Amino acid sequence: MTSTHQITAGFLPLLDSALLVAAKEKGFAAEQEIELTLVRERSWATIRDRLAVSHVDVAHILAPMPIACNLGLTAPAPRMIVPMALGLGGNAVTVSADLWSEMAECGASPDLDARASGLALRQIINRRKGERLRFSVVHPYSGHNYELRYWLSASGIDPDEDVEIGILPPPDMADALTAGLIDGYCAGEPWNTLGVLHNHAHLATVKAAIWKSSPEKVLGVNSRWADGHPEALAALLQALYTASLWCADNRNHEELANLLAKPAYVDRPPESLLPALTGLLRIGGREMLSIKDFFVPNAKAATFPWKSHALWFYTQMVRWGHIRHTAEHQQIANDTYRPDIYRSALKALDVAMPAASSKVEGALRVATPVGSSGALTLGPDGFFDGGLFDPADVDSYIASQAR
Amino acid sequence: MANRSSKPGDLNVLVIDENSIRASIIEVGLREAGYDNVTIIDDMNGLARRIMEINPDVIVIDIENPNRDMLESIFQISRAVKRPIAMFVDKSDEASIEAAVEAGVSAYIVDGLKQERVRPILKMAISRFNAFSRLNRELEETRGELENRKLIDRAKGLLMRSRGLTEDEAYALMRRTAMNQNRKIVEIAQSLITAASLLDPGTDA
Repeated sequence: MTSTHQITAGFLPLLDSALLVAAKEKGFAAEQEIELTLVRERSWATIRDRLAVSHVDVAHILAPMPIACNLGLTAPAPRMIVPMALGLGGNAVTVSADLWSEMAECGASPDLDARASGLALRQIINRRKGERLRFSVVHPYSGHNYELRYWLSASGIDPDEDVEIGILPPPDMADALTAGLIDGYCAGEPWNTLGVLHNHAHLATVKAAIWKSSPEKVLGVNSRWADGHPEALAALLQALYTASLWCADNRNHEELANLLAKPAYVDRPPESLLPALTGLLRIGGREMLSIKDFFVPNAKAATFPWKSHALWFYTQMVRWGHIRHTAEHQQIANDTYRPDIYRSALKALDVAMPAASSKVEGALRVATPVGSSGALTLGPDGFFDGGLFDPADVDSYIASQAR
Repeated sequence: MANRSSKPGDLNVLVIDENSIRASIIEVGLREAGYDNVTIIDDMNGLARRIMEINPDVIVIDIENPNRDMLESIFQISRAVKRPIAMFVDKSDEASIEAAVEAGVSAYIVDGLKQERVRPILKMAISRFNAFSRLNRELEETRGELENRKLIDRAKGLLMRSRGLTEDEAYALMRRTAMNQNRKIVEIAQSLITAASLLDPGTDA
């Protein structure tokens, strides 16, 4: 049988490429008559370049990056849309053994509470003499960079003045920690777990503690391709949604970890991939911690491309000087995420949809049933400092965060 | 630091490539074209610091390099380098970006440098990258052919021993079988070797 749709997707070797990998390996793409080719890359810059020259049609990509492309912050700057998210959460902040033991003395708690860890870090920085602590993230326009900065700032630490934040490829981070080149990093899995297993690192906190149910990777789509292939795109979203259900089922976690571990994908042992799927993480030495909603592939509308997520990333781009705030820029960020395409593509699957395409981030303190077409539960989606982001009032949020 | 006159040799060119053979091929090409001021980095340790020391006008880097995100960030975000550097994107010429990505190379240039001055460097890098991949492919093919010949020789030996054939007869038999079954002779050889080892693990040629 020949497939109706040929789609090439770029991805980086990370746990949250799971939906794409499962869509291909478990036949969900084939069911939608898609011949899905997965192309692994080693940098986000190359994913962007391949999107720009149409070597790939779609990609597993950092949630803020399509916005950055549309704002012209990158070169080349392919026109992009985001019709789907690829899950929620999945990152952690990992620190060296030395820094963790100091943090623990200052009150950081073994439950990785973001507030306690942040306050401990601030104490250390306040009394520290000499060189600043150094952290690494994967990319300037990444959830990692923005959540690390949010966590530091809300803990009273200036991310530009009090510490140094640089960029490193995730596979090099744990080694850089061992070599003493950095003191900590914020990355996706399996790079935190591997740091704990092989480099005596310790988790300091997790994305799911800094901002619950928060966006991480999305499906970035070359908008020219999307315009020319609406049916292929709809079929892909259906395949990925089905894949997200499969990934979320705990009976499949072991198989998924084994799939991702293959040389063509993440190419790391299944033991380093399973913790993020089960939420039972090794946080340092032999200490284990069960972390609720560490990585959410399907529940809580985890694949829905919220406008409020796009706008929150935009506010952080403004906050850290990546872009000047104007009505036009805000509109570009808003228009990058396309819940309308998500809704119409998944109608056929009878997926429970949120009634609105935007929500006040941080407002849901407990899991809350919502939804226009079926049972759907959202949240909690709180920021650790109790902050609220109202996408209807971007101006005042930006003003409140101005330095 | 290079001044802005138009001799190629005045440009400070940095080539970053983990593949040191490919890096040298580019370097030779650049020198032949009159770029005397070329530095190669094939060890990624301390990359950011070395770039700051070298302070290049043009950077050529392979796109498989995982350090590209770091590289772009030191140009764009921090003020670590003295002069802003941007990716070489000639907006009027989409084909050249495509050719570069296709070849697996990317380039960055110091802000304000005329695109015309950089285009020959990128063109040269693209053609050398392509030539390198072609060489690699040919090498792979040659290796493959050698492997095939070894398999065929082993299968011939098996037939000669088990059926008392001469070398020519053994080869002819395999060729006939391959033609009849519409398969490659090396596939027949492989099947024979597999079969022989299954039937009697001791007789494997």
